Amino acid sequence: MQKSPTQFFDEMQHAICAITPAAIAPNQNATSNNNVRDIYTAYQAWLSTIPHHQLESKRQEAELLFRRVGITFNVYGEADGAERLIPFDVIPRIISAKEWSQLSAGAIQRVRALNMFLHDVYHEREIISAGIVPASILANSQYRPEMFGVDVPNQIYAHIAGIDLVRTSESQFYVLEDNLRTPSGVSYMLEDRKMMMRLFPELFRRYSVAPVDHYPQVLLKNLRAVAQSGVLEPTVVLLSPGAYNSAYFEHAFIAQQMGIELVEGSDLFVRNNAVYMRTTQGPQKVDVIYRRIDDDYIDPLVFSADSMLGVPGLLSVYRNGGVTLANAVGTGVADDKATYIYVPEMIRFYLGEEPLLENVPTYELSKEDDLQYTLEHLHELVVKEVQGSGGYGMLVGPAATKQEIEEFRLRILSKPANYIAQPTLALSTCPTLVESGIAPRHVDLRPFVLSGKTVTLVPGALCRVALKEGSLVVNSSQGGGTKDTWVLENNGVLEESELTEKDVATVKKATKASTTKVEAIC
Amino acid sequence: MLSRTADHLYWMARYIERAENMARVLDVTYSMSLVPNAAQSEAALWLPALEISGNVEAYEADYGEVNAANVIRYLSMDMNNSSSIYNTLRNARENARAVRVAMTSETWENINALWLEFDQFRDQDLAKNGLREFCDWVKARSHLFRGVCFGTMLRDDAFSFVRLGTFIERADNTARLLDVKYHLLLPEQEEVGGAVDYYEWSAVLRSVSAFQAYQKIFSDTIVPWRVAELLVLRRDMPRSLHACLDEITPILEQLSGVRQTECRRLAGELHARLRFGKMQDIFQKGLHEFLSDFIDSNNLLGAEIQRAFLSINAS
Repeated sequence: MQKSPTQFFDEMQHAICAITPAAIAPNQNATSNNNVRDIYTAYQAWLSTIPHHQLESKRQEAELLFRRVGITFNVYGEADGAERLIPFDVIPRIISAKEWSQLSAGAIQRVRALNMFLHDVYHEREIISAGIVPASILANSQYRPEMFGVDVPNQIYAHIAGIDLVRTSESQFYVLEDNLRTPSGVSYMLEDRKMMMRLFPELFRRYSVAPVDHYPQVLLKNLRAVAQSGVLEPTVVLLSPGAYNSAYFEHAFIAQQMGIELVEGSDLFVRNNAVYMRTTQGPQKVDVIYRRIDDDYIDPLVFSADSMLGVPGLLSVYRNGGVTLANAVGTGVADDKATYIYVPEMIRFYLGEEPLLENVPTYELSKEDDLQYTLEHLHELVVKEVQGSGGYGMLVGPAATKQEIEEFRLRILSKPANYIAQPTLALSTCPTLVESGIAPRHVDLRPFVLSGKTVTLVPGALCRVALKEGSLVVNSSQGGGTKDTWVLENNGVLEESELTEKDVATVKKATKASTTKVEAIC
Repeated sequence: MLSRTADHLYWMARYIERAENMARVLDVTYSMSLVPNAAQSEAALWLPALEISGNVEAYEADYGEVNAANVIRYLSMDMNNSSSIYNTLRNARENARAVRVAMTSETWENINALWLEFDQFRDQDLAKNGLREFCDWVKARSHLFRGVCFGTMLRDDAFSFVRLGTFIERADNTARLLDVKYHLLLPEQEEVGGAVDYYEWSAVLRSVSAFQAYQKIFSDTIVPWRVAELLVLRRDMPRSLHACLDEITPILEQLSGVRQTECRRLAGELHARLRFGKMQDIFQKGLHEFLSDFIDSNNLLGAEIQRAFLSINAS
């Protein structure tokens, strides 16, 4: 294994990085490898005994398996529509039990407040009356007037929320954004774990990694619980845009894990204030739709008239309480980048608590001062479109060329209110297997928060890694990969003396993982 | 189950079966081309392969002259030929991918692996070499597909639709093969029994894996009417028309349940024709007439299955 003494991995080592505009390159000053954080010690010791080519062959094995199982995605705008793999990194990201308890408490708090906000904004609008969130939010294109006054079961709007977190120092996490519409990526959390257990059973013997496999069961339980009252055995389905959607594998995978039908718009129809699916034995009523289609395409009678993906009349049934949609229609108003800045205030307003997780300081370009500052500092800021997603339409100042900056300046000036700006965060780096060996690459973290009778999350997350050297953009559509995220139980690392005891259980687990092979992966 | 899901499963199976049959035709035609036969031109030898797939006009528009290299290319790899093995396997995989949830993961992975393995043949000029290996591979993958379905799938409606697709397609293919060959080999009521004839008819038998069965059942020289009997009426011959209807009829009974579906009636009628028909009568009326009539009825049956289960309207 090639290891450069100048490489620094701040996920693994002790150091402090503050928010610095120029911190786009990994910290080259740290020289010592001796300050490895406790949770990584055992892993680092193990890693140092593994030659590069062996890791590389593990990586190839993983790729082969992923391809065989068909864990692929389509990239929009590519001519041949070829299926691609999301690169998988064989080095895990490790999170201590203590860190996790803080992060998860913060994420739960945030989602509770966001659900309350959504109920409020579509009902009494107390938060607007109180002057905390401006009334201009009602003009946001993600605000759905159709939802005003509509009651949804248990007042849950975001049944599934993906909270994107980044870390900038050992103790500092920031919420980068909330994803409350149709957050994706959870299949990678589950598949990456199965893959790691198959590739490196010996590591799971050494580490007490909290399991994540029960995610689909928790989700199913929540989805059944939000059926309209009176339905005893609700029929839950997953509504997907179909096999050509980039997240199709995930739709198929989750539907299979939950044992529910994977339907497309054309499989459903509306009659007598109810939704039915077309089956070989005639129509069957549907009670809860876990939909992975955006609001805009869900009902051609109300939103995009040319949508072939949706179900005509669905929204009307939904508003009359004939069917439950998860997530609810209109959640976009709460995860919009223009709303993001008010989330800490929402937490204080609805819950009377101090936010456990911080927002990234954000400039609103609709404000004159902020706009002025941003235009003067474009080369050091990240500028995002407020309704953008997927890493499209954003400017990473320090990585952009002069020309790109100037082009973006014109776009901002033509419609400043469409943009927000944030300081370039020194995203933490994690050791990652690249062609030349092991190198630091920037990572983020997306835990999935599930709202049902209680708000919970399984101890794990999607960890995205920007594979391009120095890049801060982790989106899979922009060349990002994924890593398994290990949330450790208790101390997490087992002493040698404890190993024998655990041997029996984990060796069983590991053998099972490797013999059930592909079955275990799908 | 969802009608769309049933539809994808049914067509997945049909496409796999179609690919297998195409491979069989290619394989056998190729072996026949290795038997010296001055009387038959290259074009005459390869034309039936095109006729069985019902593609002569489309071929001629693209390639003109019928020769071995072009027919092989057209039927195996041509992306513009909707019934080339490339396209049928691609369609099978696309159908599977659309409903991967409805089958066991082993079934899905099997089909996905098939598609990934296909790559190794993409750049080969099969007319020059490797055609036999390619055809063997297609046949083996098709066997594997049926095996994994049979060995892992729950015996529910999903399984029924897969089986239905296989046998509707197989019946069609066997009938076409026999029709084209019989027509060609017996233009008039000529005397049969020569050496060429032997190769021709044994090739037909081999193309449906029936050569050994023939030997075993009749232990006699190969004569056309017995070949026909074997492929039409013998229910113990797994690629015969009768055997296909033996599978189809009970599946439609079970899927229809209390419903009086037209497809169920049609299958029963077809089945009865094969079960109680006599070869003598069939020959008297003309085998060609019988087979074309069967192909039409089988198509109609496919359409009725589609109507009853696979494309149900909201009304």
